[in-house]
Amino acid sequence: MVPAVNASDVLVIGSGAVGAAIAYFCALRGLSVAVVDSGAVGSGTSSKCEGNLLVSDKEHGPELDLANYSLKLWQGELAEHSHLWEFENKGGIIVASQESSMASLQRALRVQREHGIRVEEIDVAELKRYEPNVTDEAVGAAFYPDDSQVMPMLVTAHLMRMASEAGAHMWPYTEVTGLLRSGDEVRGVITARGSFWADAVINAAGPWGGQLARLAGVNVPVEPRRGYVLVTEPMEPKIFRKVYAAEYIDNVGSSDGGLQASPVVEGTPAGSVLIGSSRERGGFDTTFNPEAIGRIATNAVKLFPFLAETRVLRYYFGFRPYVPDHVPVIGPDPRAPGLWHACGHEGAGIGLSVGTGKIISQAVAGEDTDLSLEVFSPTRFGELTEVAA
Amino acid sequence: MSKENSVRQKHCDVVVIGAGPAGLAAASQASGAGAQVLLIDQSLRPGGQFWRHASEEHDADPGRWHHGWNTYTQLAKVLERAIGTGRVEHLSGHHVLTGERTGTGLGLTVQPVPELADGVRGLITVEAPAVVLCPGAYDRQLPVPGWTLPGVMAAGGVQAFIKTQGAAPGRRAVLAGTGPFLLSAAASVIQAGGEVAAVCEAADLTGWVPHGVAAALVPSKGLEGAEYISLLAKHRVPYLRRTAVTAIHGEQRAEKVTVSRLDRHGAVVAGTEKHFNDVDLVGLGWGFVPQSELVVQFGAQTRIDIDGSLIGVVDTRQHSSVEGLYLAGEITGVAGATAAVAEGRIAGYAAAWMAGYRVRGARQAAAAQRDKILRANHRAFARAMHTAHPLPAGWESWMQEETTVCRCEEVPYHRIRESTETLSAQEPRGLKGTTRTGMGWCQGRICGAAAICLAKSSGDQRKEQAARAVAKRPLAAPVRLSDLAESRAQTRPLKAP
Repeated sequence: MVPAVNASDVLVIGSGAVGAAIAYFCALRGLSVAVVDSGAVGSGTSSKCEGNLLVSDKEHGPELDLANYSLKLWQGELAEHSHLWEFENKGGIIVASQESSMASLQRALRVQREHGIRVEEIDVAELKRYEPNVTDEAVGAAFYPDDSQVMPMLVTAHLMRMASEAGAHMWPYTEVTGLLRSGDEVRGVITARGSFWADAVINAAGPWGGQLARLAGVNVPVEPRRGYVLVTEPMEPKIFRKVYAAEYIDNVGSSDGGLQASPVVEGTPAGSVLIGSSRERGGFDTTFNPEAIGRIATNAVKLFPFLAETRVLRYYFGFRPYVPDHVPVIGPDPRAPGLWHACGHEGAGIGLSVGTGKIISQAVAGEDTDLSLEVFSPTRFGELTEVAA
Repeated sequence: MSKENSVRQKHCDVVVIGAGPAGLAAASQASGAGAQVLLIDQSLRPGGQFWRHASEEHDADPGRWHHGWNTYTQLAKVLERAIGTGRVEHLSGHHVLTGERTGTGLGLTVQPVPELADGVRGLITVEAPAVVLCPGAYDRQLPVPGWTLPGVMAAGGVQAFIKTQGAAPGRRAVLAGTGPFLLSAAASVIQAGGEVAAVCEAADLTGWVPHGVAAALVPSKGLEGAEYISLLAKHRVPYLRRTAVTAIHGEQRAEKVTVSRLDRHGAVVAGTEKHFNDVDLVGLGWGFVPQSELVVQFGAQTRIDIDGSLIGVVDTRQHSSVEGLYLAGEITGVAGATAAVAEGRIAGYAAAWMAGYRVRGARQAAAAQRDKILRANHRAFARAMHTAHPLPAGWESWMQEETTVCRCEEVPYHRIRESTETLSAQEPRGLKGTTRTGMGWCQGRICGAAAICLAKSSGDQRKEQAARAVAKRPLAAPVRLSDLAESRAQTRPLKAP
């Protein structure tokens, strides 16, 4: 069980993909690492998502840079483990079915090219070669050869295993109830299983990251944004890439609190098709929203008409850690020295986990980081103006 | 085709889900009290799994394979009359997909069972102030090497086959597992003209001794058991205690069975193997799993029963923690058909009362008291039975590296071990995420009990969470995307409860 005094160089709060990646890269560097989670490993957002490694849905500069950096890690230093988490460099296709969404798509392409994203505009004939079963309504599309997919639970579980093998200690079912403070400084956490002291306390609590920051009295406005995913019966491959509608880019980039739904459809190695996605803000609301399911289904059938007759076996939802400017929060918090943040990745946390983990590990070790942390700074939102309930 | 695909809506006073013993009793009681009842059931004919009907060509002597057939015919008669007067609508051949609180009552979505639908499509939404949920139970299974071979069935499946076909599904059988149901299944095989090579009971039966009083409260169960025992004795069927089938062999189908002695903890005692050759039917029965996904969908309170099952928590009126939701039968604890009928009547009456139909005469009061006594006695008997017939804690000892655990996703035992040992999968959800156990067609109905054991969830609260995770099926049956699109786009979002 927990020793009377548990002290480590790094304490990570949250064992989702981001927390596991931080633990792995820190442990690899020789830092002593403890990870606490209120539930089992990866039992939050990482087990309720799709496992996207996307460059195609990013419009914002810093997020794109992090996506590119992460992709290099997935395909480079982590490539030997690819089979463990079903890494598949399948490529992504964005389909525009209206002239207006084609305009959004072209706008996104321009920014993406500036940031070095590989993308090709394709016509309807080419689209049909890639995806013979896609809707006849399509007016144009873009192909992203670097878009990839992983099995998110396997990523999380294996990163945590690799972290453990490098010396990290995992404490599941260990909820953080308070912080150990010394003046403004954060020196560790209090849990039901005892206190954990650390030089660096890292908030990798995903959608719960905002609550955790409030424990320290600092403002990191991460909020849950709910997204549903439908899972179909297994079938012979009929969808070959990650295919989504151009409206998805607008939704991801939107800050609207209401329900938004746009189709994101992809096959999986196991044969079932995953169908997303919806976005809605409203706290950690677990009551069923039939409208979300209905709209996802409607949209998916529009994109792939054959899906009308396909059966859905189940659906699930997860809470994506949303921040108002859609850029993750990564780095030390000068308002509470000792506290670091690595949260707010919204729907991209799986893909961005390894880049986040690596730059955090560099910064914690006092080295230069491969990407500047400045744009991810937690202080960019200003101070806490209201006291949370 | 708009007619075919349109979403239909229904309203009534009381919805009864399931037309087995509990559901039939609930429907008859609620309609008798004056409520307008909608009875929804998967099968075309009422009776449920327990009173499962013979297929038409074997229907000459319908009661032959059944217990309590008189109760069935009485309930069926009441139902028929109530259908005649329009008090009950019997929506047969339909699944309930989802159940939820609507803010004003309880809402369901229902779809035709595709194999029975005859081209009818589209979902039906139902709203009512009261729902009596009587979903019954299915066989609890444990994996064993060779259990995926043709010729290996759940013990309940053997019984169901005989009820529908009037013949045994094999020539020479071994029945194995735990509980008196094995005797009943063995007796059916013999009566259907099959041979039973052995009945293997994992328990040593000494567990019954402290519960003699409980058993004596239900003399009918004792008599039934005695009949089976004497039938088996007459046919010289060995009844092997503290013994389990530990491997099933065969090329194309089951041909041979290995049985082993178990120690006090239910683990295999090495060197005690015995073989039964020339066996083409293996019936495995480890008790029953109540069908709990709708209880979980509604968000009703649950607990782990003495047999390890996830069951709904109810008060004396069979009312759950969710306003208007009543539960009856196996979903409140596996206790058999007599208890289910008593609970169904209690629940049906209470549901009608809640919907505003409040009649109570001296006759009903007396009958209600009798039902409560029946329920108490049968529940006490069930507790005694479950205590005497636990799942053998050491069952993992007969697993081999390659033994399939999850049949739908073909997950072998060694992958599960790797996941629990190196990937910190300490709960069924982690196991599912890392190995796909329970992700396939059956949505964990077959492998769920094993997954809960293998994930080594410990502690009461953790066990309940694990069982709830396995029972969490947001759709109780597969549904076409086009149907989801139609129905869900039209219903308004629900308010938080």
